[in-house]
Amino acid sequence: MRIAVEINGAPYEGDVEPRTLLSDFIRHVAGLTGTHVGCEHGVCGACTVQIDGETVRSCLMLAVQANGRSALTVEGLAAADAPLNPLQRAFHERHALQCGFCTPGFLLAAEALLRERPDPSEREVREALAGNLCRCTGYEGIVNAVLDVAAQTRAGAARDNGDPGTSRAA
Amino acid sequence: MKAAPFDYVAPHSIAAALAVLGEDAKALAGGQSLVPLLNFRLARPTRIVDLNGIVTELAYLRRSEGALRIGALTRQATLERSRVVARGWPLLVQAVRHVAHPAIRNRGTVGGSVAHADPAAELPVALTALDACFHVRSAQRGTRTIAAADFFQAPLMTALAPDELLVEIEVPPLPAGARTGFAEHARTHGDFAVAGAAVVRAGTEHAAIALLGAGPTPLRVPDAERALRRGASAEEAAGIAGAELDDDWRRALVTELVRRAVEEASP
Repeated sequence: MRIAVEINGAPYEGDVEPRTLLSDFIRHVAGLTGTHVGCEHGVCGACTVQIDGETVRSCLMLAVQANGRSALTVEGLAAADAPLNPLQRAFHERHALQCGFCTPGFLLAAEALLRERPDPSEREVREALAGNLCRCTGYEGIVNAVLDVAAQTRAGAARDNGDPGTSRAA
Repeated sequence: MKAAPFDYVAPHSIAAALAVLGEDAKALAGGQSLVPLLNFRLARPTRIVDLNGIVTELAYLRRSEGALRIGALTRQATLERSRVVARGWPLLVQAVRHVAHPAIRNRGTVGGSVAHADPAAELPVALTALDACFHVRSAQRGTRTIAAADFFQAPLMTALAPDELLVEIEVPPLPAGARTGFAEHARTHGDFAVAGAAVVRAGTEHAAIALLGAGPTPLRVPDAERALRRGASAEEAAGIAGAELDDDWRRALVTELVRRAVEEASP
């Protein structure tokens, strides 16, 4: 079947079998290998991407189901010649990755969380990321990185409002 | 692994879907349980009937004549965020928050969870406590309505015939002043539940307790419900609910989870 999917703003077309997973379309047809495939049955979260702004496991969606829709993968978080996205920078600064295999999935899940809830509690961050497994870091750096970005957003908002500082409600 | 080949049909109406359902065909809703089974080749249907194009007829949440009507294709995330549901049927919100993770709930559907009938699934247990009924339809025999107690028959087995489609879940209104509680134990947040309990309670008039992980299907415990209506404490009712379980560890777990859910549902 012929399908067309917009990925990171660019159109990608290809012929796929109905059984082709979205993760395989992204990696093998679109050639965007930043999306990693870990378990291929929806447990590890490594292949998490966004479809029309919502996180999904790309290994649990058929490529044909993404026909005509818009996807965001890790390559879309920052252009190759642009500075890193704030989440990517925070992951770098907080040692939120070691081998990096799970990182693209974490970034897409964290991006969706912060868009819906710009000022999450630590517990909310942990719950939102509970579907993504990391076998290197022990998660502390990842959670801290996401909380850092939330704090930066808060500080930015306070500056814009002329507040000397803010404290978040528990 | 990769799925075995199958024919793919994406109908745009319920009628068109019913025309292609049958033996060797499998309805694809959110795919969060079916696609892993396909990838492992534990399921090898010759035809996949993708329901995701039937949005207006199958994806809705509405209140009518006091009851909640949930289109089978309604995403779990939609249920979770619905104010109508939070106000009138809070047990569904309490339960759906335990279903896997946000990325799964964005795709996973209420009807899919019911039709898949995993014994560790939260929504079938909550719907059993809520006395929900399921409207199913086939091309040959039209629509029939099945009560939760008759719908879930065994792990992954329901009253649905191969040519039938679950189209709507109907949840009756809660008794006035009812409160609800849901508690479960999973090894990590979002993992399959080992055990759980869903409770609806309205004074001495109404009590419903459904158990997860106490049998092959969601299990109501009438003796414990009767005790609650007669004024038993959460601890006493929980003891009765767990009493039938043979295994010591599972009995202790279910008893404690019932106690917590009853307490949450108590004023």
